[in-house]
Amino acid sequence: MKIHEYQAKELMKQHGIAVPIGRVATTVEEAVAAVRPIVEASGNAVVVVKSQIHAGGRGKGRFVEHPDVPGVNVVTDGLKGGVEATERRVRELAEKMLGSTLVTVQTGPEGKQVNRLYVEQGIDIERELYLSVVLDRATGRNVVMASTEGGMEIEEVAAETPEKILRETIDPAVGLLDFQVRRLAFGLGLAGAAHKNGARFVKALAGLAVGLDTDMVEINPLVVTKSGDVMALDGKMSFDGNALFRHGDVTGMRDLSEEDAAEVEASEYGLSFIKLDGSIGCLVNGAGLAMATMDTIKQVGGEPANFLDVGGGATTENVTAAFKIITRDPNVKGIFINIFGGIMKCDTIANGVVAAVQQVGLEVPLVVRLEGTNVELGRKIIDESGLNVVSATDMKDGARKIVELTGGVQ
Amino acid sequence: MSILVDTNTRLIVQGLGEAGAFHTDKSIAYGTNVVGAVRPGKGGQSVRFEGETDRSGVPGRPDRYQVDVPSFDTVREAVEATGANATVIFVPPPFAADAIMEAAEAGIPLIVTITEGIPIQDMVKVKRYLEGKPVRLVGPNCPGVITPHQCKIGIMPGYIHQAGRIGVVSRSGTLTYEAVKQLTDNGLGQTAAVGIGGDPVNGTSFIDVLKLYNDDPATEGVIMIGEIGGTAEEEAAAWIAENMTKPVAAFIAGTTAPPGKRMGHAGAIISGGMGTAADKIAALQAAGVVVADTPSDMGSAMLEAMKRAGKA
Repeated sequence: MKIHEYQAKELMKQHGIAVPIGRVATTVEEAVAAVRPIVEASGNAVVVVKSQIHAGGRGKGRFVEHPDVPGVNVVTDGLKGGVEATERRVRELAEKMLGSTLVTVQTGPEGKQVNRLYVEQGIDIERELYLSVVLDRATGRNVVMASTEGGMEIEEVAAETPEKILRETIDPAVGLLDFQVRRLAFGLGLAGAAHKNGARFVKALAGLAVGLDTDMVEINPLVVTKSGDVMALDGKMSFDGNALFRHGDVTGMRDLSEEDAAEVEASEYGLSFIKLDGSIGCLVNGAGLAMATMDTIKQVGGEPANFLDVGGGATTENVTAAFKIITRDPNVKGIFINIFGGIMKCDTIANGVVAAVQQVGLEVPLVVRLEGTNVELGRKIIDESGLNVVSATDMKDGARKIVELTGGVQ
Repeated sequence: MSILVDTNTRLIVQGLGEAGAFHTDKSIAYGTNVVGAVRPGKGGQSVRFEGETDRSGVPGRPDRYQVDVPSFDTVREAVEATGANATVIFVPPPFAADAIMEAAEAGIPLIVTITEGIPIQDMVKVKRYLEGKPVRLVGPNCPGVITPHQCKIGIMPGYIHQAGRIGVVSRSGTLTYEAVKQLTDNGLGQTAAVGIGGDPVNGTSFIDVLKLYNDDPATEGVIMIGEIGGTAEEEAAAWIAENMTKPVAAFIAGTTAPPGKRMGHAGAIISGGMGTAADKIAALQAAGVVVADTPSDMGSAMLEAMKRAGKA
């Protein structure tokens, strides 16, 4: 589960991690009202207005409705005109940004609507660094990664100058140790007050990452100010969905408007669903089989419209919901149901499909491949339903048939 | 011969809820020797399992079975009372890590964890806790382990298996069934099938199972089924190139998976350009592995690998 930058900063603040002073705004008036207290508290006339969406690249992103406005704006009007000038400029920006569609390298060409702004104090930046805590799957441990190349994508740094990436593995028995923190701080070239502040930052962030079950925490850039403070200028956090049961406060930060509506609906039925761009809807049991079904459709010349794993414990009701979600997509020109019953029984799938077709109708070709537990019973239910269904002997056969029925190889 | 489990396996069950009870019943029907269950607070009680014998399982049994499985409050008590040498865990995700560590502390050499959805940080701790202990964790989030006609631990349908020559190892449950069925249909059969699970942090790796198959005299070839995410397949490919004396076939799921999206399994995600199917397939092919184009071709890919090695 992803959260917004302002929420990540709220969590950091709660964990004693230094972040700039800021306020979130959902209306123009809130954005304007945020200016004065921020300027007064920070003593800096400069503020920054940042779009809050679940995608990176906001600074270089542009609004569809206002191509001259970037996703992040530094407002310096206050340096000459005082706080009123800042408020005027923030109002202009907020009017253009709120409700408009921001396109960044990560949003895709359709962009994302900006519903929240984060107004933040300006910072006198001396250096920009990079810091993250991620899982190293090869060792099964968390790793703190740091780099002097703040502001750059870490994948880029890894590809071009891998020696600039510092790593410290966290031993879960003892946590990140002080000598490791010092090694990182020295490696980043931090001295004096910045060394002390940087070490405190790193240690607290590692504690937050493990304690809140994050999938990933990335501070890019982590900035050193002219006065030696070390602060998170940006903050990206995502959480392990399987651990949310023990973090009610984090769960409350979920913003459903940032997620695909069909994916959210599917998850309510225990379905794992991901929308894709093709024309062949897939309904499969098992994540591996669901992926492999997409691959096979592509292999024989078609394009899958979705990934859908109904899971092992699906009921007839879940299968019906899955079928409805697939058929709602106007791009879907045909459906391929591919089941290898293990825990999942073929008759459950068959009943679900028949029930769904009775409720929503079937206007596109349907190919069904059933194998495994209660396969004979499942086939019988489909045969006796009178539905216009094409049976397949195996996965490849099924993929070929649905591709042919939907207009052949594309 | 077999790996991990056989007719000498004495199994206990941790987590006898609805799913745990259902699959325990199927395992007993198959002929697995289930000697106890751990149900904190219900020690001293027993649970009866009875029904029709699964004819695809252990041969030479009566048509019906009736087994009273004794319950214990703790794993240690269960092991002391029953001499259990394996456990299967169906405990719900929030409590599963504790169940694994309790089994490890009791010294059970084989811990098969079926539970899906264990928090990653819990598994990070579990993996650390298991270090240096003489135990093997299989899973979590896996279908389990089976030696055809000897012992079935987990949730796989028993009847698709046929004793034979090929070792199966996989990150995916349903794709394991696909491979197993094709190997049964083409006559190669299986020495064992091991699901290592779809989570990013797990116990037994591809390499661990490849080593077991390499050392098992009955196993003549191996099929491994991987998927996007992580670098376990690349590491396995490097190990195969250096050490494997037997033919290997493979399938990798997820060539069409979009980056940055978790494809059902917690571990199946392409992130930062790492963990793509193309990289894995290339690494395996470079190690001399025959990679199937589609899952429907897994059986024939194995046959091809066996032919190239002069074994079919």
